[in-house]
Amino acid sequence: MPTVSVGRDRLFQAIGREYTQEEFEDLCFQFGIELDDVTTEKAIIRKEKHLEEENPSEDEEWIYKIEVPANRYDLLCLEGLAQALRIFNGVDPIPTYSVANISKESMHKMHVKPETSKIRPYVVCAILKGVSFDEVRYNSFIDLQDRLHQNICRRRTLVAIGTHDLDTLEGPFTYEALTPSEINFVPLKQTKSFRADELMEFYKSDLKLKKFLHIIEDSPVYPVIYDRNRTVLSLPPIINGAHSAITLKTNNVFIECTATDLTKAKIVLNTMVTMFSVYCERKFEVEPVEVTYADGKSFIYPDLSLYQMVVPLSYISSMVGVSLPANTVASLLNKMQLHAEHSVSDDKQTSFIVSVPPTRSDILHPCDVAEDVAIAFGYNEIPKAKLASLKPQSLNQLCELIRMEIAMVGYSEVLTWILCSYKENFTMLNRKDDKATAAINGNPRSADFEVVRTSLMPGILKTIGHNKDHPKPIKIFEVGDVVLLDDTKDVGASNRRHLASLYCGATSGFELIHGLVDRIMEVVGTSFVSPGDETGYYIQSSDEPEFLPGRQASIIYKGKQIGTFGIVHPQVLDNFDIPDPCSYVEINIENFL
Amino acid sequence: MAEEAVLGYLEENEEISDSGKFSEEKGISHDEIVNVIKSLNGFRLVDAQDIKRERWGLTKEGEMYAEAGSPEAQLFLAIPPEGITREELQKKLDPSIFKIGCQQAIKNKWIEMGKSQVSRKVQHVDDRVRDLLVQIQNGEAVNAEDVDALKKRKLITPLIWKGYSVKKGPKYAPKRKKVATDLTRENLLRGDWRELEFKEYNFLAKGQPTEGGCLHPLLKVRRQMQMIFLQMGFEEMPTNNFIESSFWNFDALFQPQQHPARDSHDTFFLKEPSTTKMLPEDYVERVKGVHESGGYGSRGYGYEWKREEANKNLLRTHTTAVSTRMLYALAQDFAPKKYYSIDRVFRNEAVDRTHLAEFHQIEGLICDRGLTLGHLIGVLEDFFSRLGMSKLKFKPAYNPYTEPSMEIFSYHEGLRKWVEIGNSGMFRPEMLLPMGLPEDVQVIAWGLSLERPTMILYGIDNIRDLFGHKVDLGLIKRNPLCRLGL
Repeated sequence: MPTVSVGRDRLFQAIGREYTQEEFEDLCFQFGIELDDVTTEKAIIRKEKHLEEENPSEDEEWIYKIEVPANRYDLLCLEGLAQALRIFNGVDPIPTYSVANISKESMHKMHVKPETSKIRPYVVCAILKGVSFDEVRYNSFIDLQDRLHQNICRRRTLVAIGTHDLDTLEGPFTYEALTPSEINFVPLKQTKSFRADELMEFYKSDLKLKKFLHIIEDSPVYPVIYDRNRTVLSLPPIINGAHSAITLKTNNVFIECTATDLTKAKIVLNTMVTMFSVYCERKFEVEPVEVTYADGKSFIYPDLSLYQMVVPLSYISSMVGVSLPANTVASLLNKMQLHAEHSVSDDKQTSFIVSVPPTRSDILHPCDVAEDVAIAFGYNEIPKAKLASLKPQSLNQLCELIRMEIAMVGYSEVLTWILCSYKENFTMLNRKDDKATAAINGNPRSADFEVVRTSLMPGILKTIGHNKDHPKPIKIFEVGDVVLLDDTKDVGASNRRHLASLYCGATSGFELIHGLVDRIMEVVGTSFVSPGDETGYYIQSSDEPEFLPGRQASIIYKGKQIGTFGIVHPQVLDNFDIPDPCSYVEINIENFL
Repeated sequence: MAEEAVLGYLEENEEISDSGKFSEEKGISHDEIVNVIKSLNGFRLVDAQDIKRERWGLTKEGEMYAEAGSPEAQLFLAIPPEGITREELQKKLDPSIFKIGCQQAIKNKWIEMGKSQVSRKVQHVDDRVRDLLVQIQNGEAVNAEDVDALKKRKLITPLIWKGYSVKKGPKYAPKRKKVATDLTRENLLRGDWRELEFKEYNFLAKGQPTEGGCLHPLLKVRRQMQMIFLQMGFEEMPTNNFIESSFWNFDALFQPQQHPARDSHDTFFLKEPSTTKMLPEDYVERVKGVHESGGYGSRGYGYEWKREEANKNLLRTHTTAVSTRMLYALAQDFAPKKYYSIDRVFRNEAVDRTHLAEFHQIEGLICDRGLTLGHLIGVLEDFFSRLGMSKLKFKPAYNPYTEPSMEIFSYHEGLRKWVEIGNSGMFRPEMLLPMGLPEDVQVIAWGLSLERPTMILYGIDNIRDLFGHKVDLGLIKRNPLCRLGL
């Protein structure tokens, strides 16, 4: 995206009001440009010279660097930006650009020689009459040419612009292509005359110009523009002649654009003349030039006619997704510099005849018109339409992710029963039933189904008890629900999602289970903190009956106990007929949501 | 045995005043006694105080001389009473013994050193140096003058002897309980776990790190993105084709041939295979037409479209090249579709902290009748809210193949500002109609990189730490779950 630097105060003056930076950013955002940077001339120079940052003093002029869309050539200068924003704000009407009505005889003429077709076949021209330049306008005029050269002109390969003080020249003009040794002139910013081939050599050391030399360097003929006195106007796309250089005092400006792409040449010419005709004696009026080719065909430039486009209202509504009355749409389009006249056809269809001004070369199709309606309406005001989609259960998705991580550090998954015997849930775990924890089955078919488990421990220990012959160590885990009595629920009980993991080997593997706790905390994105700190997790020794005293601990996560781990008490191991030491962890993972 | 000796002695006595003497009395090596004292002290069964004593020991050289005699004595003995030539004598002795022996023997006036002949000056010598060394070796006292002389010759060196004086500690017991570090199978078998006393466990330190593999964070994010698309009813497009023609990458998207993105500064063009062999010719004609002179309601770009440009092969600059192929295929027999892809794209860019020459593009599109900007905004809010970005706003933007186009901004709570997170729009009629899609069909689409949200998510500020061979392997192992879409 191209960036345009403009003086803040001059911009505000041209827009006709002051903005705070935030207000201006909002305006840019709505309109589709972006305030990229705020700086000062001195800061830019300091940056180029890699000097220390300094606080800019009060009297330095603030410069706004504004990013504009790559297809909006009319926004590449302060004049165009200010005009577009004034119209967008409803301050100004859409300007009407016109070509001065002068007879063909008194019109300036440009004759194109057939040799130009070998190198750069097209030229378009126009004249700005009675321009009043001052330093700021003059700099803006030069900057616009640079930006056009950089962007649409593709670094002068497609189009090159030459601007001249018309009063130093005498028409008719000729656009020719000659062998380099035939061309001699004093180029801009030089005092002596160069032959074109020598000039090319000379510019090889010029940082700015050397990158354009390749465009014509290898051609047997170079393009060149002369006036009737054989004064060289320019050697496009490299340099203008010194003779016709424009100055602050220039009154009448002759603009020529030579090109390999005629469409772009016209856009460039139109951009130049529409932007700067604002400073002409007759505002927004441009004097034409007749360009005649060798085959006798002639064209009058610039072509400032409006492009008419028929756009049905229904098309606009169907694109934007908002139904708007015709006159609202028309006034929204006015804000975007598009004049729209609506008419109703026999079948009651409303359509607009949209007039696209020469400044809006980006409007190619009714979809561009629809976009302008949407922008003027406000993208962020458009009501959203929902499409069907599904939402997952976060808890289940989280479990999927955690299960993968635990398997990846070497633990195998088991899937055990929710129901267990009363003994397994309490006494075999050295636990007492406080009568306020477990949901009890009323009609169990066997003792195996007496209680809804309150922890995953019985199922895990039974799995180990039944796999005594399995090679050690055994590392298993389960993620599943337990049920606890819960007064806050209508039925008086609720599920909790737990994670349990067990290590069984020749030694207890207590430090391994401790390490697994650390890993679980790492994957849920929690850091290890000092006891008492509620931003992460820490471990503190605990005193639970199912674990061996001194080798068990609580896991405190964000200040809350969420689980315990420890060496399973030898008595409990014995209860489940496990001959090998085991370490075990159980965590309520709903806390990680 | 040593532990019992120490604890047993203290049961009867107030103090072991010197661990050295104690070890001699008990006939247990001092090292063993010291180890036991240290361990008992650690468990506070005893209180131990350091005792230090300095004494002299022999250096390596000193030990040699204590064994074989001093060099001067060795030299003297090597000289027969009748004398010997210097050369002969030299042959009989080790060079260092000869050298030192000569110096010392001359100093002691034991021998006469002639021009060629060496002879004894005295009949008999006492090897005092050796005697002194042996005395020191045996721990016997030697007078200070002799010590100095031996020290100068570097034959002796000071040795610091360390021992302890020991009293009962606060946890004194005549017999220590077994201290265990872990519960073992043997403990369970023997049933002695009841008597085990565990060494205190440090819960302020982390446990033993787990071993295992980890998945790449970027691909973890990709997985979640895929889940999100699937939940939103999107079907994945096949994107396993990095090499693409300019036609499918640019021209078919109504991107003009002079567009800056088509510069070699931005795109990798291929030397081999340099051009594409086959394009659907009738479609190519329609694309050429719409670029040159428009049609389908468009003015076109008004330039001369060149087939050679379209034929140039490149590394795809966006996955939209694939979307284009999919839409073209869909146009042949239209049905509404929701498509997504997440895959590699290539840009000829300088690599820096935020840019790589390759990255992953996430793309979603919906192709259906009656879609509006309102639908696009709705689907974007749905998609991004699943990524945890529910505060969005949209800025008008320019993109050659979408109109309207919207840049998507999200309010970043951490940075306290709006940041651009993606691009979106409705595909232009100049792109869709030449494919043969029905006129009332709209395509709404959006795209973003996979890297940017991942970097924000995991707090990574240098893209090279995340993706590529300069990746920090530690980061891959340490990074948490990707919870997008949960």
